[in-house]
Amino acid sequence: MTTQYKMIEARPAPRNTVGPVAWLRANLFSGPVNSFFTLLGLYLLYLLLTPTIQWAIINADWIGTSRDDCSREGACWVFVSARFTQFIYGLYPRSEIWRVDVTFATFAALIAWLAIPRLPFKRWVALVTLVGFPVFAYFMLYGGYFGLPVVPTHRWGGLMLTLVLAVVGMVGALPIGILLALGRRSQMPIVKSFCVVFIEFWRGVPLITVLFMASVMLPLFMPTGVSVDRLIRAFIGITLFQSAYMAEVIRGGLQAIPRGQEEAAAALGMNYWMRMGLIVLPQALKMMIPGIVNTFISLFKDTTLVMIIGLFDLLGIVQAALSDSRWLGFALEGYVFAAFMFWIFCFSMSRYSQYLERKLHTGHKR
Amino acid sequence: MTQHQKRNRKVQLMSATLLLGGAGLVQAATLDNVRQQDQVRCGVNAAQPGFSALDDQDSYRGLDTDVCRAIAAAVLGDAEKVRFVPLDSVERFTALQSGEVDVLSRTTTWTSARDTTLGINFTGVSYYDGQAFMVASDLGVASATELDGAAVCTQSGTTSELNLSDYFRVNGIDYDPVVFDSPEQSIAGFEAGRCDVLSSDASQLYAQRMQLADPDSALILPEIISKEPLGPAVRQGDDQWFNIVKWSLFAMLNAEEYGITRENVDEMLDSDDPDIARLLGRDGNFGEGMGLTADWAYQIVRQVGNYGEMFGRNVGAGSDFNIARGLNALWTEGGLQYAPPVR
Repeated sequence: MTTQYKMIEARPAPRNTVGPVAWLRANLFSGPVNSFFTLLGLYLLYLLLTPTIQWAIINADWIGTSRDDCSREGACWVFVSARFTQFIYGLYPRSEIWRVDVTFATFAALIAWLAIPRLPFKRWVALVTLVGFPVFAYFMLYGGYFGLPVVPTHRWGGLMLTLVLAVVGMVGALPIGILLALGRRSQMPIVKSFCVVFIEFWRGVPLITVLFMASVMLPLFMPTGVSVDRLIRAFIGITLFQSAYMAEVIRGGLQAIPRGQEEAAAALGMNYWMRMGLIVLPQALKMMIPGIVNTFISLFKDTTLVMIIGLFDLLGIVQAALSDSRWLGFALEGYVFAAFMFWIFCFSMSRYSQYLERKLHTGHKR
Repeated sequence: MTQHQKRNRKVQLMSATLLLGGAGLVQAATLDNVRQQDQVRCGVNAAQPGFSALDDQDSYRGLDTDVCRAIAAAVLGDAEKVRFVPLDSVERFTALQSGEVDVLSRTTTWTSARDTTLGINFTGVSYYDGQAFMVASDLGVASATELDGAAVCTQSGTTSELNLSDYFRVNGIDYDPVVFDSPEQSIAGFEAGRCDVLSSDASQLYAQRMQLADPDSALILPEIISKEPLGPAVRQGDDQWFNIVKWSLFAMLNAEEYGITRENVDEMLDSDDPDIARLLGRDGNFGEGMGLTADWAYQIVRQVGNYGEMFGRNVGAGSDFNIARGLNALWTEGGLQYAPPVR
């Protein structure tokens, strides 16, 4: 007698283990304590979100040109919209604003090209971004050539200045940081001690002190009639300061690479720069992405300190606008706008770094 | 202090003076420099409502900035040829000493220490201010003498902080200072209840009061506890430039006294009044002594206005602050503003 085995049709999972209800039960209401905290959390969220949404959206004034258009009790976004151009471009002449747009659109396009994996010629685009673009940006933003009128740096401001400071700081700090990190691990006593002294000095002083020295002390020591542009002072201060931090982040990555990697590379006959550039650094930098992006994000936010040397970055220009007698009393709207802009940029940086980590993941993570 | 310490102190002071004075001497010809650059570089406050604030058309408006416009009108014939350099309260004197700005017009109180040890000269008083107190209305305080044990918000590095401790010590009142860095921070601290009293120059208190969600919830007490003459300052060692800045302000005061305004200045050119004819350059050339053209005062009044107009549109009746002229009225109307004659 033959027994016929027949597979029973797969049945759906019991109704109480799938679907949103089951998820809720498993994650939010799995016991009396959890249920209590879930309900408490929901209540707190309700308390917090209702007035926020009412203030920011439902009861807010959106359209108008002066403070008289803000009659409702919620936020007065008219203040932000009336000043939007100023918040983004600072005092950049209104007729020349297209130059800023073109510069940042080009930058965004270059970065996008580098970020999207399918596009070809990565190496050339990277070269253009690092070498060609800064020159292009200088001519576009500052002007003075090709019939573009000069826009002196004291008219730069707002989000544009924040981005310029952050990008220059990042592009400058990374290579200097790599060199300092390599130098600190070097066997050569002079190179090593120079790097140690440099890093420890710049890490030992707050950025606000560096900027303050640059604006208050430096002019007194300069020869008469020579004055360094305030923006250049800020560039130098921020870059040197951040490169010291960057150096320590990268040194952490270098420490994590087993000695065998370098020894194996040496056994293949590679010289120092080949060992570092082809074997050690690619592994170290990949591991250091969270740390490097962390430093970049803190740099981006630190740029607000340039306010104390009389440059109006995004936060500075918002604060300056708050003192216009026609718009007194809209501080909250101004600060919320500034915070939101900063959040957008910092959050995108952080998302991109997570994407990069996944993409470069080669099983080294534990 | 021993004899040795005293001498040491003296040497330090002397070398400091030499250093600062030297910096002034080298840059003697500020006027030439201004003409060559075709702009007056003017150190102002980054954010001081009524005195220097950025409007939505990207330009600075206020009493301090109009003083700079007047100088530019006198020297370059165009009131808009000013480059405003926003300065921090700590940084302002260095910027002037090092030549980064040509004139400092940044609600700076004229004190003997600043006038004599910093290598700068104050050229006059553009606004007579005084320190006052603002309290929450519901506190039920009517006079500053009732403030025993109060927490008082002030700003660091200003004369307000020093005046406050002097005033309370003299009157034997205990207080608890809460120090902030900027006016925005101190008003935010006041509104958040970090302190019961906010103390600052009266002009600033009026502006800060308007920033409160409900301006009527605070009142400004009648006591004025200090003299705060605010005025423009220049580097020591360039008397010509000193005269130009000094007389730019005097020209505005004289114009108000003689009734010359922005609107009627062109008609006034034909006036028979010898004072007006001299001021506007129809009789004699009083700009020559300063290296300026004869129409220097005419340009100031035509482009910026007289002192009363400047006061009115920035802080007075024509503005949101509506501060009374008070001490800033002309001497003919019971105030302190007085200018020597042009003769």
